[in-house]
Amino acid sequence: MIGPAAVPDELVIEAGRTEAHYWRDLWRYRDLFYFLAWRDLLVRYKQTVFGVLWAVLRPFLTMLIFVVVFSQVAGLPSDGVPYPILVLAGMLPWQFFATALSDSSASLVSNANLITKIYFPRIILPASSVIVALVDFTITLGLLAAVMVWYRHVPPVQVVLLPLFVLLSLVAALGPGLIATALNVKYRDFRFVIPFIVQFGLYVSPIGFKSSVIEGRLGPLARLLYSLNPMVGVIDGFRWCLGAEPSLHLASLAISVITSVVLLGIGVRYFRATEKGFADIV
Amino acid sequence: MANPIISVENLGKRYRLRHQQQSYETLRDSLTATAKSWLAGRLATAIPSEEDFWALKDVSFEINQGDVVGVIGRNGAGKSTLLKILSRITEPTTGRIRLKGRVASLLEVGTGFHPELTGRENIFLNGAILGMTKTEIRRHFDEIVAFSEVERFLDTPVKHYSSGMYTRLAFSVAAHLRSEILIVDEVLAVGDAAFRHKCLAKMQSAAEEDRTVLFVSHDLAAIQKLTEKTLLLSHGRLQSFADTATCLAEYVASCSRSDATNLPRPLNSCPVILTELRLEDSTGRNTRSLKLTEPFDVRIRFSCEQPLRNAVIGIAVHTPNDVALFATHTNDFGTLLECSPGDWEAVCHVAPNLLRAGKYRISVGVLDHNLLVYHVADACRLSIEPILLDGSGHYDERIGELYMPMRWAVAPATLQSN
Repeated sequence: MIGPAAVPDELVIEAGRTEAHYWRDLWRYRDLFYFLAWRDLLVRYKQTVFGVLWAVLRPFLTMLIFVVVFSQVAGLPSDGVPYPILVLAGMLPWQFFATALSDSSASLVSNANLITKIYFPRIILPASSVIVALVDFTITLGLLAAVMVWYRHVPPVQVVLLPLFVLLSLVAALGPGLIATALNVKYRDFRFVIPFIVQFGLYVSPIGFKSSVIEGRLGPLARLLYSLNPMVGVIDGFRWCLGAEPSLHLASLAISVITSVVLLGIGVRYFRATEKGFADIV
Repeated sequence: MANPIISVENLGKRYRLRHQQQSYETLRDSLTATAKSWLAGRLATAIPSEEDFWALKDVSFEINQGDVVGVIGRNGAGKSTLLKILSRITEPTTGRIRLKGRVASLLEVGTGFHPELTGRENIFLNGAILGMTKTEIRRHFDEIVAFSEVERFLDTPVKHYSSGMYTRLAFSVAAHLRSEILIVDEVLAVGDAAFRHKCLAKMQSAAEEDRTVLFVSHDLAAIQKLTEKTLLLSHGRLQSFADTATCLAEYVASCSRSDATNLPRPLNSCPVILTELRLEDSTGRNTRSLKLTEPFDVRIRFSCEQPLRNAVIGIAVHTPNDVALFATHTNDFGTLLECSPGDWEAVCHVAPNLLRAGKYRISVGVLDHNLLVYHVADACRLSIEPILLDGSGHYDERIGELYMPMRWAVAPATLQSN
């Protein structure tokens, strides 16, 4: 007779059962999270000639276009701050959001071979694509720093709060990213919707102009409604930290933060509700 | 009864079969379907093109710690579905499973390998995918590399690997996974014989460490070698769960019309079933032990389920080390088989003085239009008895895989100038 051995905790698999150890499992698989992101980065830069340069080149060229179109042609005001800094402070977080959304939504379908053969918390796949986008984002922040040095623009003290807004942009990207990922597995034509959302979002986010323009032309209520777009809070925050915006509109920021958090909550719930069926339909 | 490490109750998995040639749902279709059902006042909501298919139904069993259990059944019997549910890749529709311990499943070798990455990088990536932590991988890294025998190519992208190297590396990572429960699907079907042997040994040692192993294979010889108990699935139901010998016999009986032999069913439902294989010495006696100097016949009786056209039936003789010595088939001298359904017999006359003394295995295969439609890896074993050298008490122990006496002429040399 063997005594009571150290019984590892029991796992029950049942239809419709929500995983009791979901978050603990996620923690156990943290290395996978890291390795997937590492794989994507490594592979991307192994196959290209320009490598890391791509991450910088794309926002740089877009910035040039924005600068020409908005400051020279449209003549939008920038209140004394160099216009390229204003544009970059808006465009970089936006580009992060757009990349995170499109990459994460494609992540499950492009890793279908993993999903049908191995168990791991599926949320790791879209999440690690978001992390890859975040790495690109930090590279482009270097570009922004270079532009600031070029214009001899010294950021104010609140620049130390910048990481908080990076975190907010992460939350803002992850929520819609998870929703899009789950929808993309179930409905294959959803991938046609994503570029549209990205393009549309570019114009409804305050990238070529300041959010205060909305308030100035359409009134304070319009600005609050406008802040339902989570990127409004992120971009305004970036500009404030970099001294491209004199003050932070707290109500507007609060609305953006709440929208981001709610979207993340919906995203995680929806993803978890559908993830067990992924292997059957992917 | 000890505490089971895996217990499965009334497990069922239902798939929806769509009869249209459309594999994915589209948002557009969902939306138009919803719109239609609204317009039709919800009368036409049922989508007629769907049908339920139970890949598994009412399956219950318990497995104790340290058991090595085989899973057999024909294609579509539900083996893979069972493994996928056990490894949490997909969710069951009904029933419940209790698992006590960490599960490592190996449903495919090299899942997640990236061709652009080097061997070293892939070890880390694949290890993480299989559920190892970075420290675990690092701890076993040298062992993994040694086991895989690809040290020299560690920093080469795996896209340049041969398929054998690729498989070896992939299996090595998986083999070093530490878990209480190990689920393995058919991965031993790859690689060369020597490596396959190594893999089997590795699995055997896993069992000796009191780990629980579930092993799916079509290779009944491997099941027999490795497992004590076997689950036999048939059409999604558990047909029996008993000791391996009983289960294999039942499996074979359910497939084969003649129960006099232990010849297993082919890989998938096939047009041919081997019913009997006889080795006959010169007197026509069925035996498994033959003299080196004696010719013998391999008499293959098979039953043809579907007509065969342009088919070939053949045998191969293998050494105990799984080296195929030679193969021969009915088309050696240009005869293609035309078989109508019914029972048939093929006889191969094997020349004497060909096989050295030793033990051999014969495999049988049927090819239809160059496609292997039937294969029995271990159709029969035979041994060739050694002979004594003339006039001495010693056995003939020459080297070489084959015994091929030749005529020699020896004479005093005469000087020749050409």
